Amino acid sequence: MQTNKMLGSSAKQPAANIILPYKWLVLALLRAALVVICVIVAVFFLIRLVPGDPVKMILGEYASPEAIEKMRHQLGLDLSLWEQFTRFVTNFFTRGDTGSSIIFGTSSRDLIIDRAPVTLLLVVMASLIAIVFSLVLAAIAATHKDGLLDHLIRILPSISLGMPIFWVGLLLIIIFSVYLKWFPVGGTGEGWGMLYSLILPAITVALSQIPSLVRSLRAQILEVLEADFVVTLRAAGIPPRVILFKHVLRNSSIPALMLLGVNVAYMMGGTLVIEQVFDIRGIGSLLFTAISNRDFPVIQGIALYCAIAVVIISFLIEMISGYLDPRTKRER
Amino acid sequence: MKAVDPILKVENLSLTTIDHKPLVNDVSLSVGSGESLGLVGESGSGKSLTLRSILGLLPSSIRQAGGKITANGKCAMVFQDPIGSLDPLSPIVSQLAEVVYYNQNVSRKAARTIAVDLLQMLGLPESLKHKDRYPRQLSGGQCQRVVIAMALARKPDILLCDEPTTALDVTVQKQILDTITNLQKELGFAMVFVTHNLAVASAMCGRLCVMKEGRIVEQGDTMQVVGHSKDPYTRMLIDAVLPLPSLERRAE
Amino acid sequence: MNHMEAALQPLHAGTKKNSFIRKALRTPTFLCGSIMMAILVFMAVFAPYLTPYDPSQLDLSAALQPPSSEHWLGTDQLGRDLFSRLIYAARTDLKVMVLAEIIPFILGVFIGMAAGYFGKWVNSLIMLTTDTFIAFPFYLIVIIIAFVSGTGEQGIYITFMLVGWIVYARVIRGLSSTFRKQEWIASAKMLGLSDVRIILKHLLPNVLPQAVIVLMTDMALLLVAIVTLGYLGIGIAPPTPDWGTMIFDGQPFITTKWWLSAMPGLAVVYTGIALSLIGDGLADIWRR
Repeated sequence: MQTNKMLGSSAKQPAANIILPYKWLVLALLRAALVVICVIVAVFFLIRLVPGDPVKMILGEYASPEAIEKMRHQLGLDLSLWEQFTRFVTNFFTRGDTGSSIIFGTSSRDLIIDRAPVTLLLVVMASLIAIVFSLVLAAIAATHKDGLLDHLIRILPSISLGMPIFWVGLLLIIIFSVYLKWFPVGGTGEGWGMLYSLILPAITVALSQIPSLVRSLRAQILEVLEADFVVTLRAAGIPPRVILFKHVLRNSSIPALMLLGVNVAYMMGGTLVIEQVFDIRGIGSLLFTAISNRDFPVIQGIALYCAIAVVIISFLIEMISGYLDPRTKRER
Repeated sequence: MKAVDPILKVENLSLTTIDHKPLVNDVSLSVGSGESLGLVGESGSGKSLTLRSILGLLPSSIRQAGGKITANGKCAMVFQDPIGSLDPLSPIVSQLAEVVYYNQNVSRKAARTIAVDLLQMLGLPESLKHKDRYPRQLSGGQCQRVVIAMALARKPDILLCDEPTTALDVTVQKQILDTITNLQKELGFAMVFVTHNLAVASAMCGRLCVMKEGRIVEQGDTMQVVGHSKDPYTRMLIDAVLPLPSLERRAE
Repeated sequence: MNHMEAALQPLHAGTKKNSFIRKALRTPTFLCGSIMMAILVFMAVFAPYLTPYDPSQLDLSAALQPPSSEHWLGTDQLGRDLFSRLIYAARTDLKVMVLAEIIPFILGVFIGMAAGYFGKWVNSLIMLTTDTFIAFPFYLIVIIIAFVSGTGEQGIYITFMLVGWIVYARVIRGLSSTFRKQEWIASAKMLGLSDVRIILKHLLPNVLPQAVIVLMTDMALLLVAIVTLGYLGIGIAPPTPDWGTMIFDGQPFITTKWWLSAMPGLAVVYTGIALSLIGDGLADIWRR
C-alpha cells in the first residue's frame, strides 16, 4: 500500500525536528480517513449481513406484497447494490443522514442529534472523573511503592476484571440512591438537574476504566520517577512537591491522555449499557428501541456516528500528544 | 598542602542492593576545599553510586548499609546523559530559572535574568534570551552546558561530576572539560570527577582514587598513582592508556 | 527439529512439562486462581448432585423468600431456589464462555502471526481491519451483531467469532514482528527453511504462552459480555439460567431483596478474579 511505504520511511529524527514537521500529521490524517471509509463500508453492509429478508423482518411474515414492495422502495432495496451504496454515502455526507427511521418517520440524523447531547455529556463527565481519579490513585501508588496503599491499588484491576458495568451501576444505585438517598434513582433530569442525575452513571462508567488506567499510569509514573532528569532536579535542590506536580505529572499526563483516547471507545459502549440501567434518555435507549423494532436506518446511523466520533477523538488526541511531546509520534 | 578540614569526607561507605548484594565496600575518601579528586574505574566498579550517595540520591533499589558521609558545603552534580538529564517538557531557560529561584533568594523575574546570564557564561547563544528552547532542540554538548549551569546555580562548594563527557563526541568532550576546568579556577569549588578514562582523570585532577568492584584499590596524588602505582589493577589501567611522554611506564 | 534448525537457534531454556508443574506449585497467584476455578468448575459440572432443587422448579407460593435453611440463598420471584439457579447458571455461562472463545483464539493467533511475520501489505491490511473494528465501541458492536445474527447462545458465538479475534491479533502481531527480526531467522531462510515451517514450529510455540495469558483475561471479559447481553435481554434466553438474566430479574426487588441481583454479580466477579489470578500466575511462571 502506498500509504505504508510513506509511513515506513518516516525515520526517527534527531534533536532538530524542523524538517517537514507536518509529515506525521498528514500521514495520521490519511490513516484516519482510510479507517472512516472502511467504517462506512462496514456499516453499509451491516443490514445485508442479516440472514433473511430485512423487509420481511420489519413487516412480519404475513405482510401483503404491496406493503413489501413499498417498504423495499422506501429502503432503496430495489436498486442495485452499487446504487444503494452511492445513495448511502451521498446521503451521509450531504445530510448526515442514514435514512428515515422506520418507526418515527423522521430522519435518523434528527433522532440522533436529539439524543446525542445527553450521551456526550455522560461520556465527557466520565472521562474527566476517570482521568482525575486515575492520576491521583496512580500517583499515590507510585509514591508509596510496595507499601500497603500500593498493593491495594494494584489489586484493583484483577478484581474489577469480572465486574459487569451494569451490576456496578445497580450496586451504586442501591447504596447511593436507595440507601443514602443522595442521588435520584434514575432518569435524565432537566437543565442543571441533568448534570446531577448523570453523576452516578458517569461515576459508574468511569469506574470501568479506572483500574486499567491506574495500572498503566502507575507504571508510567514510576518510570518517570526513576528518570535521569528527576534525579537532576532533586540534585538541584528543587522541593519534591514541585517536582512531583510540575515535572513528573506533566510528563505522565501525555501517556494518560493517549490511554484515555484508547478508552473512549470502551466508554461509549459502557454508556450505552448504563443508559439502560439508569433509565437515561440518550443514544443508548434510542439504540434499543431501534433494535427491537428493526429500525435499520437508525441502527446504522448510531453505529456510524459512534465509530466516526471515536476515530476523530483518537485522531485529535494523537495530534495533541504529538504536539506536546514529539516523541510519541507513531511510527509504523 | 593545607592542613584544613576536608570539605567532603566519606568514611567506610558500603552500599548494597535490597537483597544484600554488596555493590560498594568500605570506601573512604576525602576532598579538600578547591581540590579535584578523580574517581576512576571500569563500569560496575561502584563509582557512580558512591557519587550519588554523597548527595543522598540513591536509586530506590540501593541501600546504604554502612559508613558516614560528611559534607561541609553545598554539593551539586553533573550527570552522564545530558539530554536525559533535562525535563523534556520544560524549556531550558525556564528550567534553569527554576533552579536559580529555589537556590538563590531572588524573585522569579531576577531568576530568569540570572539564568540567561549563566547560560551565556557557559557559551550558549544569546538568542535564548528571546526564544526559549526545549532540550531536544539542543545538541548534546549544549545540553551538558545547561546541566553544568544548573549545578552552578546552586553556588556549590563541591561539584560532583559523573562521567559528564562520556556521552559526547570527542571534540565536544574537550570543550566541556576545558569549561569545567576554567569554571573551577574562577569559582574555586572542590570537585569529584568520576570517569572510566584514566587519562582524562589524570589531566583534570590533582588526586586520584582507583576503584574496582566496589573497593578502592589505590589512592593518592595523581603523579604518584600514575608514575609509581602499587596496585596491579591500576597498572593495568595505566597500560591501557596510550603512553604519555612525561610519564615513565614500568613495562612488566 | 532437524540439526540445522537446532544449530541456528539461540539456546532456549527448556520448558519441559514437569518443570512447569513444579514452578506452578510455587506460584501463589496461579495456585490460588486455579483452586478457585477448580471449585467453580467442579460445582458447575456436578451441579445436579450438589443442588437441592431443580432450578426450573417453580413454586409461586414460596416466591421471594429470604435466605433460610431450606433455601440457602432464598428464592426468586417465581419461587425458584436461588442457590440452585446460581450453580446451573454457572454451567451455562462457563460453557458458553469457553466455547465462544475457541474460534476467536485460533483465528486471532494465526492472523496475528501472519500480520507480524509477513509484514508489509499483509500487516497493513490486517491493521486496517482491526482499526476499523476497534473504532466501534465494543458493546455497541456486540449488541448490534448479537441482535442482528439472532439472540441467544448462537448469537453470542457468531458475535465473538466476528469480533473476538482482534485482541489476540494485536498482541500476537507485535510479538511476531519482533520474532521475525531475529538474526537467525534470516539465516534460516537463506538456507531454505520455509516460512510455514518457521511459523508453525518456532513462532507458534513462542507466542502461545503470551496468547494463553491474554486468553485468561479475555475469557473474563467475554463472560462479562455474555452476562451483559443476558441482562439486556439479547443474550441467553430464559428459562435457561444465566447470571445476567438473574440480575435483571432481581432488579425490581433491589430495595428489599438486594441479594437476588447481587449474588449472580458476585459469581461473575469471583470468576473474574480466578481467571485474573491464573493469568497473572502464568505470567509469573513463564517469566522465570
